[in-house]
Amino acid sequence: MFEHYLNIFITTVFIENIALSVFLGMCTFIAISKKIDAAFGLGIAVIVVCLITVPLNNLIYNLVLKEGALSWAGLPNVNLEFVGLISYIGVIAAAVQILEMFLDKFVPALYNALGVFLPLITVNCAILGASLFMIEKDLKFGESVVYGLGAGVGWAMAIVVLAGIREKLKYSDIPDGLQGLGMTFIIVGLMSFGFMSFGGISL
Amino acid sequence: MKVKQYKDVLSKPLIEENPITLQILGICSALAVTSNLSVTLVMCVALTSVVSFSNLFISLIRNYIPSSVRIIVQMTIIASLVIVVDELLKAYDYETSKKLSVFVGLIITNCIVMGRAEAFAMKEKPFISFLDGLGNGLGYSVILIAVAVVRELLGAGTLMGYEIFSLVSNGGWYPANNLLLLPPSSFILIGLMIWGIREYKKDQIEPNEFKLSGHATAPDLRKKEANV
Repeated sequence: MFEHYLNIFITTVFIENIALSVFLGMCTFIAISKKIDAAFGLGIAVIVVCLITVPLNNLIYNLVLKEGALSWAGLPNVNLEFVGLISYIGVIAAAVQILEMFLDKFVPALYNALGVFLPLITVNCAILGASLFMIEKDLKFGESVVYGLGAGVGWAMAIVVLAGIREKLKYSDIPDGLQGLGMTFIIVGLMSFGFMSFGGISL
Repeated sequence: MKVKQYKDVLSKPLIEENPITLQILGICSALAVTSNLSVTLVMCVALTSVVSFSNLFISLIRNYIPSSVRIIVQMTIIASLVIVVDELLKAYDYETSKKLSVFVGLIITNCIVMGRAEAFAMKEKPFISFLDGLGNGLGYSVILIAVAVVRELLGAGTLMGYEIFSLVSNGGWYPANNLLLLPPSSFILIGLMIWGIREYKKDQIEPNEFKLSGHATAPDLRKKEANV
């Protein structure tokens, strides 16, 4: 049993890395990777939010939206899958808002560290993407917890690595037109080729 | 005067203020769906219609949205539009919708849609907001189509599934470059495209944080030593 969960975790972190293999959350990935500190803070926030919202969406899908899921309420023929997208994004927005209030009240140190990044996360496609992939893979509740954690950790790791490279990159002599955004794209491309080498590993 | 303004709003995002290459918005889907031109076209149409209509509707109710809950309101409008697009795709083009998998759903969090709603539609009148959405959608499409053409043509020798270059494997002359079919190649293509655009539009170049000092040559160093 433990092996099965470990397998899901390793697969999501390395082989199907949400940033470098499926390319989700790219806008923030490129915009906020200039400094390692900021990248690290955002990475932690993504891990926390993924860990909360993916299992939550799993419960919503399995208990309310799936075809026949409402049979406990006496409605066996109802299929609510078409409102899926709107409910997942609602759950994510609400979870982020609640997390923000909770941290503000009880863990102010962490709140100050994450401050700016929390609201940004609602519109980070890595979070919604993780939930949608979870639905597509048809994971059970326990698996979805591990999947959410893995997706967050993979994304956080990728952004910290990119920020490290970009911090060093400031000292290099790059053609004017390629400065900044252009160079970052090419580096992410190369990193992503690197991550493809994990593709051959089967666990 | 009005007409000129409309024209500007519609044409500026195509190259000058392109959402992908200048504003860094909506990159995620630009990378994942561009290995095949026909899939890319469907994605472009989907995104363009969502961004123009979300701009229109948000602009229509902009005076009634309290600013504290505006993100949620915008999200709800965008999500509803995306659901409509998703269901339409499933009904009329099931094959493509399978290929796009989660990326249609991810239009909700595509930063172009949110970004334009927040930056333009919350302030401007409905019709011009609609045009702004259309312009930005087209700007996104231009880049995506360019990337998709390069990737499909050089990677598989076809365009929209029709053979353009005859492949060596079918007895032709063109050896396919499979590297371009891999998703990371689109990063490098977009990077090079940004380089091209910035060489043409010099004002988009980002300033270097640390200016390199010129090389010190041997005569310079000797002169310095002589001064000491």
